[in-house]
Amino acid sequence: MSKFKITIPCDEANHVCDKTQYNNATLWEKIKLNIHLIYCRACRKYTANNSKLTKAIKKSDVECLDKTSKDLMKRDFEKALKEVAN
Amino acid sequence: MPEHKINPNKWIDLYSDYLFNYTITRVSDREIAQDLVQDTFLAGLKSMKNFKGEASERTWLISILKRKIIDYYRKINSTKGKAEVRINYSTDSESEGDWLEERVADPFDKTAEDTLQNSELGDAIHNCLGKLPQKQADVFKMKTILGYETEVICNELNITASNLWVIIHRARTAMADCLKENWF
Repeated sequence: MSKFKITIPCDEANHVCDKTQYNNATLWEKIKLNIHLIYCRACRKYTANNSKLTKAIKKSDVECLDKTSKDLMKRDFEKALKEVAN
Repeated sequence: MPEHKINPNKWIDLYSDYLFNYTITRVSDREIAQDLVQDTFLAGLKSMKNFKGEASERTWLISILKRKIIDYYRKINSTKGKAEVRINYSTDSESEGDWLEERVADPFDKTAEDTLQNSELGDAIHNCLGKLPQKQADVFKMKTILGYETEVICNELNITASNLWVIIHRARTAMADCLKENWF
């Protein structure tokens, strides 16, 4: 029975909202989120801000280093650091 | 007593993404950008004694990076660019005088203002990322900017999926707050 509950608490709604930003939510979860948003003002606000953040990041084409190249960089840098220390 | 202290041990954790983003908007090649950032850190290490503490570490590193980027363009210009620089844009006298306009107008390209705004927004995002706790910033970057799958991140950082979503939630709330003032 609990599986088919239509209403969800706010923390779950926020969790689904976070997942939607990465296309990780299922259809049923999204339906439940939208039902929750009908009556919950706070979560509406959170959802709006959250999608704005996603859009902003997408628009900015922001880049960052992946972990392997960062580790590689660190290794080289630490080598140089030791040379300086000596 | 200098206002800012220098501590190279944390440079890569703190500034590499910011510098990388700065570089890639200017050279648009990941590998070259990475090399330039690496060079910058090494150069910074060598000239650490010149750091006077008037500016923050990051500003100081950016000023080195700027010079590295200029050097990079100088270098490619001196090796292969010469022929291209001397191209005659138009030799026929009919279209004389409007070569500049021809080359400036490109309706499909982003306008300078768009690009400027984008790179400013990128800087703002990195500023906000810098304010997050290290772990939140790492998870957020991997998930949002690099677009890794949840499982990959969980394996890499040794955390559970629900743990990841809690971190993501905190990071997103903080990021939204931080960007709200200027960008939303």
